[in-house]
Amino acid sequence: MTNVSIKLTGVSKSFGQVEALRDVNLSIAQGEMFGLIGHNGAGKSTLFKLMLGLMTPSAGTLRIGGVDSASAQFRQVRRRIGYLPESFVSYDNLTGLEILNLFADLKKVPRTACHVALERVGLKEAGARRLHTYSKGMRQRLGFAQVLLGDPALIFLDEPTNGLDPEGIADFYVILREAQARGATIVITSHILAEIQDRVDRLVILHAGKVAALGSLAALRARHVLPSLIEAQLRPGQGERVAAVLAHLPGLVVTVREDRASISCQAALKAPVLAALGSAMLDVTIREPSLEDLFLGYGGMHARAN
Amino acid sequence: MHGRIDWRQVWVICAKEFRDRIRNRWVLAVALIFALFALAIAYFGAAQQGEVGFRSIDVTIASLVSLVIYLVPLIALILGYDAIVGERERGSLELMLSMPITRFEILLGKYLGLAGALASSTVIGFGAGLLPLARELTLNDGFHYTGFVASAILMGLAFLSMSMLVSVLALDRVRASGVAIALWFFFVLIFDLLLMGALVLSGGKLGSGLFAALLMLNPADVFRLMNIFGSEQVRTMYGLATVMPERLTDPLVLFAIMLGWIVLPFCLANWRFTCKRD
Repeated sequence: MTNVSIKLTGVSKSFGQVEALRDVNLSIAQGEMFGLIGHNGAGKSTLFKLMLGLMTPSAGTLRIGGVDSASAQFRQVRRRIGYLPESFVSYDNLTGLEILNLFADLKKVPRTACHVALERVGLKEAGARRLHTYSKGMRQRLGFAQVLLGDPALIFLDEPTNGLDPEGIADFYVILREAQARGATIVITSHILAEIQDRVDRLVILHAGKVAALGSLAALRARHVLPSLIEAQLRPGQGERVAAVLAHLPGLVVTVREDRASISCQAALKAPVLAALGSAMLDVTIREPSLEDLFLGYGGMHARAN
Repeated sequence: MHGRIDWRQVWVICAKEFRDRIRNRWVLAVALIFALFALAIAYFGAAQQGEVGFRSIDVTIASLVSLVIYLVPLIALILGYDAIVGERERGSLELMLSMPITRFEILLGKYLGLAGALASSTVIGFGAGLLPLARELTLNDGFHYTGFVASAILMGLAFLSMSMLVSVLALDRVRASGVAIALWFFFVLIFDLLLMGALVLSGGKLGSGLFAALLMLNPADVFRLMNIFGSEQVRTMYGLATVMPERLTDPLVLFAIMLGWIVLPFCLANWRFTCKRD
């Protein structure tokens, strides 16, 4: 991997007797969109805080942009970081523009960037209004505008689409793709796995403070063999015949109800199943294992291993 | 604290805090309270002696000292208890800490901003309160009154410093407000009672040196002494002149002790705030 942006080597973090993270090794490349998923208490928040330099590891090293997060030089790295917490909470007495001005001043970015950022997230008109008049979605947009100030090289987003409507979510990912195209490294957590599964380049699944799985969605699918689901609309009266034919193929889970057949099978059996359905089917959809299936699979696997 | 202080970052936080207090009319409200009390006390301070109207600046200051000892610590503690714990509880502290700013710079910026708000309201309030009497004051009166206002600000800064420490240590805002009120009770109401009790219990054996030293453990008492020994008339009125060792009545010594009350709690707050990183 070239141009490593974030590198964790043997990182552990304990709070008294509680081990929040255990021996995490991770490299995230520059320009990568990286997903961070896990159950509540899996260690996501701790990992996020470590990467932001808000905490120091109990063991191991964490380098962001080549700089140790525990060093004095990390202050300079922070100027290149954009962070959006799960809920963007700020100062209700200030207007949207004043809040952005505050963060621009802290990041040492010209205040002119605030107007551009407000326009980019669709809050140009609302910028003069005080924050207490904003809806949850508008607050989140303002938080995202704050992230964009100074074109950060590293973007950390914690449940970023909370409170956004579908249009807002689509806009959000368009802007994020633009940032990625500029070379920004993006680390994102979300509980809505369907939302990020097609958007992240790679992801890590954390379980009980340990890395349960790491790689692209395709690589994880290949490594953790999960069944595909074939759903077929059958010609009237073909249900019994299709069930009888499929019974000859091994390792399938078949459900036939009236004129609909649902077949769960390994990837290698997809072609034989489709051939067996043959002219009996009118329509077919194939659903590959989702990130949620993988997440549940890896979580279960690690729970058993532990 | 790592490396050098970036004063620009301190100024950004300071200006934000000050603007917040102007915006929510805190400065105006407190200034109004001070002005009304200053005016009322200047006119009616001697009512118990059967007189109404402005008598002298020393008598006015003596009356104001009693009031300010109750009011300023309370206002300062209320002003500062929420500074850090409030941001932490609301979730905005984490975002602030992700910026290129150190914890010390945040703490100092907040302290200076709040101190600015407290000092402004004190100067405006007590200044405006005495404005109608300006023609009756001599230059010397003005000097004394300025000294009184300055000492009130210093006492406010000491209690503000304590409230910042409370804000850093407290787990939540409710507990922070409880501790802030408890501090007010202790320093303003209980401390002197305890001291008097100790004096009585010891049968007067508590030497004047020790008694005076114990008074230094309370910034409200230091403020009282600063004003008592600033004026002959007030000194006589309080009758403490005979009890206090001369070196502890030196305004410079009292100023240094008050400075200690400002700096020490702030340093403790900074130490704890920086430690909390882990």
